[in-house]
Amino acid sequence: MEKKVLLGNEAIVQGALEAGVDFVSTYPGTPASEIGNVFSKIANDLGIYFEFSTNEKVALEAAIGASFSGLRCLVAMKNFGLNVCSDSLLPLCYTGTKGPMVIIVADDPNCWSSAQSEENSRAYAFLAHIPMLEPSDAQEAKDFTKLAFEISEKFNIPVIVRTTTRVAHQKMPVICGQNQKSKIKNQNVAGRFVKDVERFVTMPPRVLEMKKELLEKIEKIRQFAEKLSSDTQFSRGKVPGNLGIVTSGVSYLYVREALDKLNLDLPVLKLSFFYPLPENKIKGFIKNLKKVLIVEELEPYLEKETERLAKEANCELEVIGKKVLPEVGELKTEIVLPALIRSLNKKIKNPLEAKNKLQALPKRFPRPCPDCPYWLVFGALKKVAPEGTIFGGDIGCYMLAGMPPTNLQDYLFSMGSSIGIGHGIKKSTGQRLIAMIGDSTFFHAGISALINAVYNKSNPLVLVLDNRTTAMTGHQPNPGMGKTGSGSDAVEIKIEEIARACGVKNVKVVDPINIEELQAAVLAFLNKKEVSVIVARRTCALLAKKQSKK
Amino acid sequence: MKKTFNIVIAGVGGQGLVTLNQILAEAAKAEGFDVKTSELHGLSQRGGSVETHIRFGDKIYSPLVALGEADLILGLEMLEGLRALPYAGKKTVFLINKFSLPFFGGFSEKEVLKKIGTLIKTRKYLVPASNICKKEFGSEVVSGIYLLGQAVFKKIIPLKPKTVLSAIKKVVPEKYFELNKKAFNLSKNG
Repeated sequence: MEKKVLLGNEAIVQGALEAGVDFVSTYPGTPASEIGNVFSKIANDLGIYFEFSTNEKVALEAAIGASFSGLRCLVAMKNFGLNVCSDSLLPLCYTGTKGPMVIIVADDPNCWSSAQSEENSRAYAFLAHIPMLEPSDAQEAKDFTKLAFEISEKFNIPVIVRTTTRVAHQKMPVICGQNQKSKIKNQNVAGRFVKDVERFVTMPPRVLEMKKELLEKIEKIRQFAEKLSSDTQFSRGKVPGNLGIVTSGVSYLYVREALDKLNLDLPVLKLSFFYPLPENKIKGFIKNLKKVLIVEELEPYLEKETERLAKEANCELEVIGKKVLPEVGELKTEIVLPALIRSLNKKIKNPLEAKNKLQALPKRFPRPCPDCPYWLVFGALKKVAPEGTIFGGDIGCYMLAGMPPTNLQDYLFSMGSSIGIGHGIKKSTGQRLIAMIGDSTFFHAGISALINAVYNKSNPLVLVLDNRTTAMTGHQPNPGMGKTGSGSDAVEIKIEEIARACGVKNVKVVDPINIEELQAAVLAFLNKKEVSVIVARRTCALLAKKQSKK
Repeated sequence: MKKTFNIVIAGVGGQGLVTLNQILAEAAKAEGFDVKTSELHGLSQRGGSVETHIRFGDKIYSPLVALGEADLILGLEMLEGLRALPYAGKKTVFLINKFSLPFFGGFSEKEVLKKIGTLIKTRKYLVPASNICKKEFGSEVVSGIYLLGQAVFKKIIPLKPKTVLSAIKKVVPEKYFELNKKAFNLSKNG
């Protein structure tokens, strides 16, 4: 078997290819973006259908349609994307899938590349009753993607593979197998939708029967999980302090490092399934222990589940977790190791105590590239926006406006929210407000907020920073660019035309290189009684460089 | 070689850390080692402080180098090389590009040099890789490869120069290979 050095996300692509994926849809978001990037390069040659969708809800719905038509589907997104698509995710678990569907969700503990929240998407497994697998490294990212397709096919249910930054952006040599051919040839139709009202329509009273069927299905999958061989368990020799460890995902790697460092031989149960949990396996593992340490990042879901199971299997058991491990930020070996020492309650010297303390150095904040056209926009705003103007931020490169030295960001939430929140502030205060939003974000979630502002007679100034791409995540095409994710020509959808169609009267398109024109537009529109939209359009400098080399 | 070799590369987003990561991973794999790396994309890549980790040896679990455990800290920029100090232990080698990318509120070059002099107590090399590459090739873009070359030719990284060069060939786009090869080989005399 061939071994290739792959990034976790590339390994997921490989897993999907080995499972014979037909249909892939995604919206880019770090740390999941490379999955779409790779498919956008290879899909045409392999006869796979691929699209960058306008947002994650549409991406999931596209895949639902494909699954109902019998195709094998992959959907990829970052954690917040799951929030966006959750409205369709829950009914999908009720109807179930026809062609198998795997959903990749990438969490970002420590918020390396995420504003808005340190979301732990595991909670969705409970909310939606959706099976969830947690790979720990790139090899497992590939293997679990394949396994998820198997489970989805066997039980007709979508399956989530949940990664985290340190899995998605981890490289290692991965054992690769044979690709299976997709059913699609050259993006041509290959599926067929066969009407089945009982199966695809969630109208009451059928919806409650569906829920019952779903819960039964989950119990069957739990039986499957009990027998899974990728749940590894180590138990060698005598157990010091009768302590065992339950863990999953990347945390498992830190557990192994810490045990090696301490030269300790403790029983470890590493779980592949987060939901449904193999409860009997866990009960069997904790039955003869005095203490169990649960090593997991962020919220203590596994810990609470283990506490619940201990009531039946071993009510004397001491369950240790967030008492010795942080609930905020990612784990690493040097955090797991002292937690392990504390749980053992023995005097062991920590071999990883930092030897070199360093006083805080001046922080180098991320910032737009030197030749980024956004500098022109930020400069213009600094120059002409009156004192006290409120600047609404949104998700994309322009949120770097909030960093020093520009400091142009007074609130920042989620995709498209600069307009929605800006509207609320305008209605409540009448203060001057500029809602900044990028082109891809505008298409993703800005349009309904813009319609709301017009409809409800609000008057924020919406400034669309149109750099003709989805820049932050690596230059993925969007509906404004006239190209699809697989590189074919598409209708170029113009933001200014959308604004006009939404009823916006004050619309202006400016190339920000014409600084005075931009300044004048900002000044003129800031005092309008109705919603105004300025589209500051200039191609991302990195993309322009790439395009000129072609 | 001891059980595991740990490298932290520290620099500024856009300096090519991810490429160096890939080259080292390919080279370690080619010599039969187990290898893992960790890197960051997206927001954290945009001109801020960035570090990537590479670990290779018999069997690697974590992709992250633990504090105090680095064998080599490769600094592509002076202040960023210094920033990686908590990863250093008693035997860590520092190989730092004598090059600074100043920023608002940062230290002067003189100040950074002074701090490097007093705070880094283990073996260290300050190499004007960016200047050399600019002079030789008219571009500092290959300064990371030049530094990597020094680490390999000085036998700080236990990988053969031949293997690393093959890995460079595998990883960098074909049209840039000659330039990268020249920078790598030039470092032999550095």
